[in-house]
Amino acid sequence: MKRHLISAADLTRDDAVLVLDTAEEMARVADRPIKKLPTLRGRTVVNLFYEDSTRTRISFEAAAKRLSADVINFSAKGSSVSKGESLKDTALTLEAMGADAVVIRHPSSGAPHRLATSGWIKGSVVNAGDGTHEHPTQALLDAFTVRRHLAGAADGGPVPHGAPAGDGTGRDLAGRRITIVGDVLHSRVARSNVLLLNTLGAHVTLVAPPTLVPIGVESWPCEVSYDLDAVLPGSDAVMMLRVQRERMNAAFFPTEREYARRYGLDAARMAALPEHAIVMHPGPMNRGMEITAEVADSERCTAVEQVANGVSIRMAVLYLQLGGALPADSPAAAAGAPTPARTEESE
Amino acid sequence: MADTRPVPARPVLEAPDIARVLTRIAHEIVERAKGADDVVLLGIPTRGVFLARRLADRLADITGRTVPVGSLDITMYRDDLRLGPARALARTDIPGDGVDGRLVVLVDDVLFSGRTIRAALDALGDIGRPRAVQLAVLVDRGHRELPIRADYVGKNLPTSLRETVKVLVAENDGRDAVLLGTRDGAPADGPAGG
Amino acid sequence: MTMSKTLIRGARILGGQPQDVLIDGTAIAAVGTGLPADGATVVEADGLIALPGLVDLHTHLREPGREDAETVLTGTRAAARGGFTAVHAMANTFPVADTAGVVEQVWRLGRESGYCDVQPVGAVTVGLEGRQLAEIGAMAESAAAVRVFSDDGKCVDDAVIMRRALEYVKAFDGVVAQHAQEPRLTEGAQMNEGTVSGELGLTGWPAVAEESIIARDVLLAAHVGSRVHICHLSTAGSVEIVRWAKSKGWNVTAEVTPHHLLLTDELVRSYDPVYKVNPPLRTEADVTALREALADGTIDIVATDHAPHPHEDKDCEWARAAMGMVGLETALSVVQHTMVDTGLLDWAGVADRMSHRPAAIGRLAGHGRPVSAGEPANLVLVDPDYRGTVDPAGFASRSRNSPYAGRELPGRVVATFLRGKATVLDGKLT
Repeated sequence: MKRHLISAADLTRDDAVLVLDTAEEMARVADRPIKKLPTLRGRTVVNLFYEDSTRTRISFEAAAKRLSADVINFSAKGSSVSKGESLKDTALTLEAMGADAVVIRHPSSGAPHRLATSGWIKGSVVNAGDGTHEHPTQALLDAFTVRRHLAGAADGGPVPHGAPAGDGTGRDLAGRRITIVGDVLHSRVARSNVLLLNTLGAHVTLVAPPTLVPIGVESWPCEVSYDLDAVLPGSDAVMMLRVQRERMNAAFFPTEREYARRYGLDAARMAALPEHAIVMHPGPMNRGMEITAEVADSERCTAVEQVANGVSIRMAVLYLQLGGALPADSPAAAAGAPTPARTEESE
Repeated sequence: MADTRPVPARPVLEAPDIARVLTRIAHEIVERAKGADDVVLLGIPTRGVFLARRLADRLADITGRTVPVGSLDITMYRDDLRLGPARALARTDIPGDGVDGRLVVLVDDVLFSGRTIRAALDALGDIGRPRAVQLAVLVDRGHRELPIRADYVGKNLPTSLRETVKVLVAENDGRDAVLLGTRDGAPADGPAGG
Repeated sequence: MTMSKTLIRGARILGGQPQDVLIDGTAIAAVGTGLPADGATVVEADGLIALPGLVDLHTHLREPGREDAETVLTGTRAAARGGFTAVHAMANTFPVADTAGVVEQVWRLGRESGYCDVQPVGAVTVGLEGRQLAEIGAMAESAAAVRVFSDDGKCVDDAVIMRRALEYVKAFDGVVAQHAQEPRLTEGAQMNEGTVSGELGLTGWPAVAEESIIARDVLLAAHVGSRVHICHLSTAGSVEIVRWAKSKGWNVTAEVTPHHLLLTDELVRSYDPVYKVNPPLRTEADVTALREALADGTIDIVATDHAPHPHEDKDCEWARAAMGMVGLETALSVVQHTMVDTGLLDWAGVADRMSHRPAAIGRLAGHGRPVSAGEPANLVLVDPDYRGTVDPAGFASRSRNSPYAGRELPGRVVATFLRGKATVLDGKLT
């Protein structure tokens, strides 16, 4: 794995499977009486949040704490940042405080990339969402959720709705058909998911009104459709993106009602999905907009599970980046490479 | 797992020897645990897990009861994590009734520095509170760096630090054997892990 | 200045056969072979190309107001190092150059610097705000004799204001230089809209935002019978519109920057704000079209859009960074690299696009003249065989925001003469 996680494109297939497999082990820790591991004792993880995102911040915070890392939360509000301190000076401050990893959420696309490549800090940088660019840990937790449901049975197939979570360890998502619906243009979640799901072998279809599809989407490894009803019967999972009501004012669509009618997921549309298909949402949901309450509360909707999986995924990412002197080698990269001195009893 | 060291040439135990010592260890466990009715076997990945399963089969043969067997990954409790890249995790699989109040027998292939077992004891402590913990190993090659000893030893194998001990198990390696070789050109310093 | 004589020996004028050029005082006294030194200072120019001093129609000198980025003195020193003998200083200073007072101040600072003539550009509208015409007449009649008017940095987007400005400048043979950027289509825009912006999640800056304004303005210029100049044209579509307008015989001129002749939006993948510029870097197809258009004359001139910024305005995240690149000291090298070394333009063509035509568009007397006896001695000597790596630390400009840092480029300005006086000799400022 690379030292930083900026884009889902930073992950090879083997890297991604390694993260998912590691998360599977991390998820088991949550079932133990002591939900804590000593692994990152003495390491410092800084949550540098330039945007309010309590959900993502506490997910990273819980992940770091379960691994015994020291966590410093640095929020732009009420700090020197709001007094005009530059990202560079903030980074230099964090470096002076000995940050081993910086988890950054920033409204500007590319800010984590800048932080990672500018030489301002030595630690690992984890992108927790930058502008309308990427949100790679969200894509990983989504892929993890998809794998548990669609490749979690013993035979590699789907797990029945309502059954305990499956375990797809070692598997990718080859051949699974994932549909992502909504404001793709402004969605970092969609960008990261298209890249990661494709890396894992899934077929991705984006569904959105043409105004919310980015220019240049032809070069993305996915299909694009404007017709949700045509796509649903061939979807193993459908991921509903949050649509901000403000977009209406910028003429991306006429009214909420029209959006919900054309692109919202209601019970009738859910019934058009194959029996095994799941409904996903990165949250927070706009009930009545992109998803109806009936669908959101159904047993096919994995929104709450995605939140829990987020902690496991972020534990996995932090462990793989900080658990050693270097980020983990993926199995393929490690095979044939000289392994560091190990004693035979550990093999 | 990948191992680029030259394959050690000299077998010190072959398949029939391994079968025999596992049977002996099973009998010792039954004897010392007074029937082994509260024993839980936890193998340490990778090869300890297979050895634990074989021991569980033998204990079942001897006692007529199913003995719970699982695996205990110690990666995240290792004290040498920062000496190399982050390691992939192996599976921790604790049998359904847990370990509280039971006799846990940890099973590993080779006992060397004792650091793996130290890590295993820490990991076990986060999972529950056994009545007692014992250790079974196929080979004890000496060179302990911590005050740890095994309760059941398949073979005591005096070695130098320049030598390597490699355990092969059929489930993972295609055959059963314990091989004694020489670390190619490696300095004869202390064991790095284990 | 004393009436000194300089003999330039063996220079290839516009890339032709080696000839000598004798400068006497401020003018060229003779051009020929085997001219006697006769007490003159001799400059050996073996292997060097002689061009008329370069003229930049689009320079940001930042003074008054942003002297932390550039001053007239540092900017003209940079210009001299780049082979320029005249630059047009854009109006977006603080205060804005929208009155006779400000343009005269800039003009005087230029005269005092002595490195390069500074011809101020006047604002089209008060405060560049696009609402009320600035006192264009007063600026035209001031000591600075302004002929080029531009709200550069902002587009004169109101069609009526643009029409009136085009009409008004006819009274003194002025030209409106339009920064073509439809504001609504570029709200929050960060980079060229296309494949790369989609992947990077940066708000796109569509080509049509430039092209729609150019299309409107060539029609307006034709309608009112005035002349319009298009600043930093950057798209293949813009080229097509200008080509069409010229085919109609309309009075339209256009410029391209060196960076749009070389760099593409792929560089933005680094998120390094040194590549953030207005208009944004476009695609390879645009670069190709721009080179061809400059070669065939559809695009009239190269203009640097030299836009200095202090380090802190670029050493930050992309969205916060200022737009612009310094360009005076690398312009000729980039043009050699993209146009001459590719065979698209000869050195006579370079003189035409970087000296003669910009001076003509700006109605700038004494610049852009032929290298012949009796003409003002505004000259530049270029070593076309030089290969070097761009190191902004060596720039005369106060700012270092060059997208070419670390890049190998051909050519070097060996000497620049402003009215007979060497401003640069042996590649160094005098």
